[in-house]
Amino acid sequence: MSLTALFLSRLQFAFTVSFHIIFPSFTIGLAMWLVVLEACSVLTGRPVYRRLFDFWLKIFGVAFGLGVVSGVVMAFEFGTNWSRLSAATGPIQGPLLTYESFTAFALEASFFGVLVFGRKRVPPLAYLGATFMVALGTTFSAFWIMVNNSWMQVPVGFRLVDGAFVPRDWAAIIFSPVVWVRFPHMLLASYLTGAFCVAATGAWYRLRRRYAAEGAVMLRMGLFLAAILMPAQLLFGHLTGDYVHDLQPAKFAAIEGRWHDEQPAAEVLLALPDEAGETNHLSLSVPILGSLIATMHWDSKEVGLADFPKQDRPPITIPFFSFRIMVGCGLLMLLLAWWGSWLAIRDRLDTCRALLWGIFLSFPLPFVAILTGWFVAEVGRQPWTVYGLLRTADAVTPGLTVPQTLASLGLFGTIYVAIFCFGVLFIYRLLRDGPGPQAWPCMPDPAVRSTAPATHRSNWSAES
Amino acid sequence: MILFWVATLALSILLYVLLDGFDLGVGILFGFTRDEERRASMLASISPVWDGNQTWLIVAGTVLFGAFPRVYALLLSAFYLPVMAMLAALILRGVAFEFRHKAGLSRPLWDIGFAAGSLVASFVQGTMVGALARGLPMENGAYVGGPFGWCSGFALLCGLGLCVGYALLGAGWLIAKTEGDLRRYADGLSPWLAGGVLLFLALAFGQALAEDFRIMQRWLERPYLFVFPTIGLIAMLYLVGGIRRHRDTTPLRMTALIFAMAFGTLAVSFWPYMVPFDVMIDEAVSPRESLTFMFWGAGVCVLPLVLLYNLIAYRVFAGKLTHDAHYH
Repeated sequence: MSLTALFLSRLQFAFTVSFHIIFPSFTIGLAMWLVVLEACSVLTGRPVYRRLFDFWLKIFGVAFGLGVVSGVVMAFEFGTNWSRLSAATGPIQGPLLTYESFTAFALEASFFGVLVFGRKRVPPLAYLGATFMVALGTTFSAFWIMVNNSWMQVPVGFRLVDGAFVPRDWAAIIFSPVVWVRFPHMLLASYLTGAFCVAATGAWYRLRRRYAAEGAVMLRMGLFLAAILMPAQLLFGHLTGDYVHDLQPAKFAAIEGRWHDEQPAAEVLLALPDEAGETNHLSLSVPILGSLIATMHWDSKEVGLADFPKQDRPPITIPFFSFRIMVGCGLLMLLLAWWGSWLAIRDRLDTCRALLWGIFLSFPLPFVAILTGWFVAEVGRQPWTVYGLLRTADAVTPGLTVPQTLASLGLFGTIYVAIFCFGVLFIYRLLRDGPGPQAWPCMPDPAVRSTAPATHRSNWSAES
Repeated sequence: MILFWVATLALSILLYVLLDGFDLGVGILFGFTRDEERRASMLASISPVWDGNQTWLIVAGTVLFGAFPRVYALLLSAFYLPVMAMLAALILRGVAFEFRHKAGLSRPLWDIGFAAGSLVASFVQGTMVGALARGLPMENGAYVGGPFGWCSGFALLCGLGLCVGYALLGAGWLIAKTEGDLRRYADGLSPWLAGGVLLFLALAFGQALAEDFRIMQRWLERPYLFVFPTIGLIAMLYLVGGIRRHRDTTPLRMTALIFAMAFGTLAVSFWPYMVPFDVMIDEAVSPRESLTFMFWGAGVCVLPLVLLYNLIAYRVFAGKLTHDAHYH
């Protein structure tokens, strides 16, 4: 592919949004975990919950901050690189994103301040309430983003007036069945991300024989939660596949690696798709299973990618492999969660160090699954931005030049890589040092002069 | 309904300029001192509020997208490079809060990022406002200027001017929020910064007259426009008085008032255009269905809540910064 402003804009959007999604998917799950911890702390009064809460709040803070700063970019990139899209779909996408920013602002940013500065200032129940509001805010954010993206996947509730999408029925847009399959899919993915990161940290401490009480809580809660959520996630994943099968047949064919109509259809497990030759090499497939997965019938006819004109086909390689990586990660997580939970119930986790190592090293799996899942959804939607109605090539800003987009891509690339490396390093240090009293090597702060007896509160006083 | 969203957009931009203005100003001043104690207090004075302040930019961006998608598309794509530079700068500024005190050896990197990010974001914002006031190269409602069509001597002058202005706002914030050495430092800087702002305003006004910007004709058509600069001048006098008498909050309040008046002047001279003088508000606005949908939820329910919360937050954190008041 030659270097065009269109290609570079796509690359830039993919890069910035992929970078961004890592943090919200982590914080949505983590926020719920904080609610659970604070609730346990209020109900049982056991100090271990409080220590865990304070510990994970610090990690939440770093990830939340990175999510906020990388999210600002997204709010403007629609206009900078995709001005024709935003001018045409603004009446629909704009209000949805307005709701996102308003509700997120009202709940996340506001109540997060209470979490960081308010422990000593508000009663425990109000603090729990604030924690819940932060979690609710992250969930609402995800909801509006999923409504927006689902509308681009399956546009509904609009009429076209002079090339602009005018909303006709907001209820149809918000309560579209596609939203209510994809939103839970994303939400569960976030909860699983939280669960696996927590369990992995617990396993890490167990392997290092540190923080026994905290590690045990993290391992058990993380594993049990994942064991329950994983099957639900597979179900919603399947339902998502159903909508793709019915409403985005070209994407479905690309995911399945099916070039020609088949009846009954086989399921390609692994292969090397060959776009030019419209065929697969080294294909490993199971007969009939393809029909069964698609429609729950033995002999349904399934369409192949070659049925679609070349200019309407998505590229096959990325959706095909991303989907398999996502499913692979999911199955691996299911195995770890069930096996781990089974041993945890029988209190025999320590007997199997290999499993502990597996859980410890499993923390990238949910992130990889989320990223590849989005690759399937977004690359599979190509060549459309608004599926079936507005082509990506027609959505890009007219007059955008290659040097402009190269400059911005280079800028974001450099900054994001630096931030990512340091962000991961700082989170790693926080996790390594654990929920101890000296949680991380704090730089001595000369501004903290002890004119008053030293307090550990982060606190502003009203006297002047 | 249209008026409501015009007002909301104007309000969120004004709030962004005033609130993140002092954050960015503190960031600019941060770059001009090497004293670690001052730097730490500077950061501590804005740590609890900067995040919320910056969110007004996102609110303004998404309201523009929702209510005036054509303007959103037009302006952001016309200002491609400045917007990208601003976003990158704001990212650097934002992560510095999180990273600075967690960093060991890499701390100078985040210090530079914080100061440079604040400076670049301010400069670019001023440049864009200047380019808008001067008028963008447009044909038939579409921008035709290419990657650097926004760039002009006047725009760059406005960029510089906004940096000085934000720095003055930041100095006012530090005077109001801190005590001792840092306050004296900010006190000492203020006269220079106030002089710089005055000089910039005179230069910008002079150039606008000399090059006969179309925006200047609005002033002759609408003499009532002079209310805003007049109030601004009076505020300037009070500002000078406040600085000389070492008042705590006068510099911040008066600088904010000057900013509000400058904003009002521009807003009223643009009216009824959104992009002067090519795109009118009525042409750019979203269909009624979009505006009503936003109005009942975001407009009526959430916006007052957010404003109320901001008020409460500033009350809670009112008064001087105390020494144990550090973010983490």
